[in-house]
Amino acid sequence: MRRLKDLLARRAMFLLTAVPGLLVFLMLFGLLLRSRAILAFHSFTGLLFGSGWHPLKGEFGFLPFLAGTLWVTLVAMIIAVPVSLLTAVYLSEYAPRSVRELTKPVVDLLAGIPSVVYGVWGVLMVVPFVGKVLAPLFGVYSSGYSVLSGGIVLAIMVFPTIIHVALEVFSAVPHELRETSLSLGATTWETVKHVVLRKGLQGIFAAVVLGLSRAFGETMAVLMVVGNVARLPKSVFDPAYPLPALIANNYGEMMSIPRYDSALMFAALVLLLVVLVFNLGARFILVKIERKVE
Amino acid sequence: MRTFRRRKIEERIFKVLMLASTVVVTASLLVIVGTIVVKSLPALRLSMLVQTPKGGYYLGKEGGILNAIAGSLYLASGATLLAVLLSLPVVLYLNLYTRKSSVLAMFTRFSLDVLWGIPSIVYGAFGFIVMMTLGLRASLLAGIITVGLLEIPIMARAMDEVIRLVPPALKDASDSLGATKLETALKVVVKQALPGILTAVLIAFGRGIGDAASVLFTAGFTDSLPGSLLQPAATLPLAIFFQLGTPFPEVQQRAYASAAVLTLIILVISLVSRVLIKRFTRHTIK
Repeated sequence: MRRLKDLLARRAMFLLTAVPGLLVFLMLFGLLLRSRAILAFHSFTGLLFGSGWHPLKGEFGFLPFLAGTLWVTLVAMIIAVPVSLLTAVYLSEYAPRSVRELTKPVVDLLAGIPSVVYGVWGVLMVVPFVGKVLAPLFGVYSSGYSVLSGGIVLAIMVFPTIIHVALEVFSAVPHELRETSLSLGATTWETVKHVVLRKGLQGIFAAVVLGLSRAFGETMAVLMVVGNVARLPKSVFDPAYPLPALIANNYGEMMSIPRYDSALMFAALVLLLVVLVFNLGARFILVKIERKVE
Repeated sequence: MRTFRRRKIEERIFKVLMLASTVVVTASLLVIVGTIVVKSLPALRLSMLVQTPKGGYYLGKEGGILNAIAGSLYLASGATLLAVLLSLPVVLYLNLYTRKSSVLAMFTRFSLDVLWGIPSIVYGAFGFIVMMTLGLRASLLAGIITVGLLEIPIMARAMDEVIRLVPPALKDASDSLGATKLETALKVVVKQALPGILTAVLIAFGRGIGDAASVLFTAGFTDSLPGSLLQPAATLPLAIFFQLGTPFPEVQQRAYASAAVLTLIILVISLVSRVLIKRFTRHTIK
């Protein structure tokens, strides 16, 4: 009887273990299937690089949205990468234990705050700051709902991702290497620069890529502060309309206009593909590092 | 060879930069939570938490967001239950029945990592497709399925990390006493890793209750309390979003208050999970 139970449980668990792998393929397959309706009318590249967006006329060009996503992601990464990496180096190489213990929950909480809350905060603080302080400072007009606001909010949202992965990467650098460098008379920073960062270069790259893909797909917070104007942004003070925001904003109308739902599913497919490529690359590097450590 | 002085100065500069960065990261949490709390105080009233929206609520009339609070709690609980049922067996199987280097284990862990990286709006779109395929409308059930899927990688990865730490000697001892693998799994491994498992469950719950993009397509929205699995359910993140989107300052104030409620829920969850870890680790074997 116990044997039988064990056997049954084993089979059931084995079957369930297939779920995560299957889910990835199901998502790809499902979205592809749903995008077929639009792909029958337009070519893949035509959709991606077309700049006219007139669903009522059957014209679906994703270029403004792709550009919006790229702009916002780029701004976010320019802010987030140095800040997160410097924080990770400080926490792993300099900070006393007590500071590290205190900072870790903060980073965890930052990761746990819902994106809508980030969005509300962005509307309350970042948007007015960009519109009333930064834009006049540069002598331009901006409503505040802009690429820059989206980038700032997004940067804070990807801090935890980059910091977490970078900390893991730094902890995989052997202690003996650091000690050798220090005993040769190098300062702590020189040890960091020549040993820790060099040794962890691939891992840092992976951390940045994971942060990037997080930023790429973030929806609600960005949607709330970025302005959502389907035009190519010319500066960071212009509004933009990122791809995830497009999907989220149009779920209501999408069933009433022909091929609109298919176009949105195509947008989700593009997001999924980009994020998949980023993630596969980054994870591949991280698995390699982990194996080296063992 | 550069002079000692210059090397010292470089060290100084970077140390200041690092400290500044760490302060920026820490301060951003305080500023975000602080702003939300301060801005919400004028609108935060008990009546908001115990009433559903009355007619004209979104124009500034009476009512509250009980519909969204209840909807979010139902939805996140259901989704978390679904995710536990799917994640725990997978993690146990990976740790007890397969070797770390086996193809299945590597592939599954890799898939979980990849799933973790997929944006919630894509889960939302996928959930929408599943919903259409099953012939469902936007409903509590569709929301539970979508958010449940979203929670799986978060929960499974966190569980995997703690179950991996269970000492092998403990498993060997149980095996040598004649326990079957299932008995070892449930009575020894799960028990030993319970605080970590509960934390994983709470983390996933927190993520589920706060996610907006995945429920946008699937859970719908309603002003009444969720009646059944097949009816639409309001959720807190969407309530915040919709209230903020109205042109009326009174209603926008309520959006801030709702955001404060959601933030509070998240903070409490994270606090509880920290206490849990402290409490339960006393009873586990080191």
